[in-house]
Amino acid sequence: MGRFHRHDDGTAHAHDHEHPDDHEHDTGDHSGYATGGDRVEVLERIFDENDRTAAANRADFHAAGTRVVNLMSSPGAGKTTLLRETLARLAGELRLGIIEGDIETSLDADRLAGFGAEIALINTGNGFGGECHLDAPMVRSALPRLPLADLDLVLIENVGNLVCPAEFDVGEDARAMVYAVTEGEEKPLKYPVMFRTCGLVLVNKTDLLPYLDFDMDEFLGNLHKVSPAAEVLMVSARTGEGVGAWCDWLRAR
Amino acid sequence: MHELSICESIADITTRHAAGRTVVAINVRIGQLRQVVPDTLVYCWELVSADTPLAGSRISVEPVPARVRCRRCEAVTEIGDVPAFECRGCGGFDVEVVSGEEFLITSLELATEEAGA
Repeated sequence: MGRFHRHDDGTAHAHDHEHPDDHEHDTGDHSGYATGGDRVEVLERIFDENDRTAAANRADFHAAGTRVVNLMSSPGAGKTTLLRETLARLAGELRLGIIEGDIETSLDADRLAGFGAEIALINTGNGFGGECHLDAPMVRSALPRLPLADLDLVLIENVGNLVCPAEFDVGEDARAMVYAVTEGEEKPLKYPVMFRTCGLVLVNKTDLLPYLDFDMDEFLGNLHKVSPAAEVLMVSARTGEGVGAWCDWLRAR
Repeated sequence: MHELSICESIADITTRHAAGRTVVAINVRIGQLRQVVPDTLVYCWELVSADTPLAGSRISVEPVPARVRCRRCEAVTEIGDVPAFECRGCGGFDVEVVSGEEFLITSLELATEEAGA
């Protein structure tokens, strides 16, 4: 166990058929253990409960006329700085809400205070070192703390992580990710699910490019391999370059 | 560590389908594009199931490779270890994922009524 096995012919995978209800296996499971018991078919998606809650969140957002963007990145890519610049530009024009996911602290929420946005913090600490993502029930728990009917746009700042957040629909309308040029060109290949799931990739910290050996063409080529349709915006949250284009993207949601 | 919350979902589904019978094994189908580490899942299952009626049951993972179908040449190919969502046949990028996103409990192995009694 531990690796996905592959077959040379690419199609004749013994496990890759759906099991109709009247279909019974003659032998045990795939583990090699003799089970000697009864098998019951389940065929239930493990994310069903999350996805049902996400649908409820989405219905509430739509009923309130609020658009929702789920913003994801690795730790330190610049989500919070970008959000701060975003709030500074949009706060007078759009009524904004922020759902802030953070494992233990309110540090990020504190950095976003004072711009007139409604902020709901979700601490994801769970006794096991903290959840690495926001899921739909967590976001649902934050909704009573936001005046949704008074908001045009809610930005969800997910937990910094390139793996887990991509797996969880929380009821958003769109997903965007912040990628920093300090992270290396190969990130799309290492985290294809994250890069594929986001319609928009913000390439951040472009002000550092003169000091790095970063190969933008190689990065864009890798991104294209895993997500040919991704929209890309070059930004520097620090200098403000490209933040206007990001705000335009948000206005168009 | 989203395997932990995943295990909690698995426990809920399993408990409902087992309907009080003793669970020996839970067969889980996981696509390559689901970023679930099977070994971590098995480890977390021990944590989550301990001190519950599901203690002692094990998770058996059935992996499914990710494949794409090319809209241009119709070929179905795997995306490979270094993932590229392009057709291995003609090199086109207009592809749709046909497998690799599965994440479900397919079946449960239950102790026979006598053994579970």
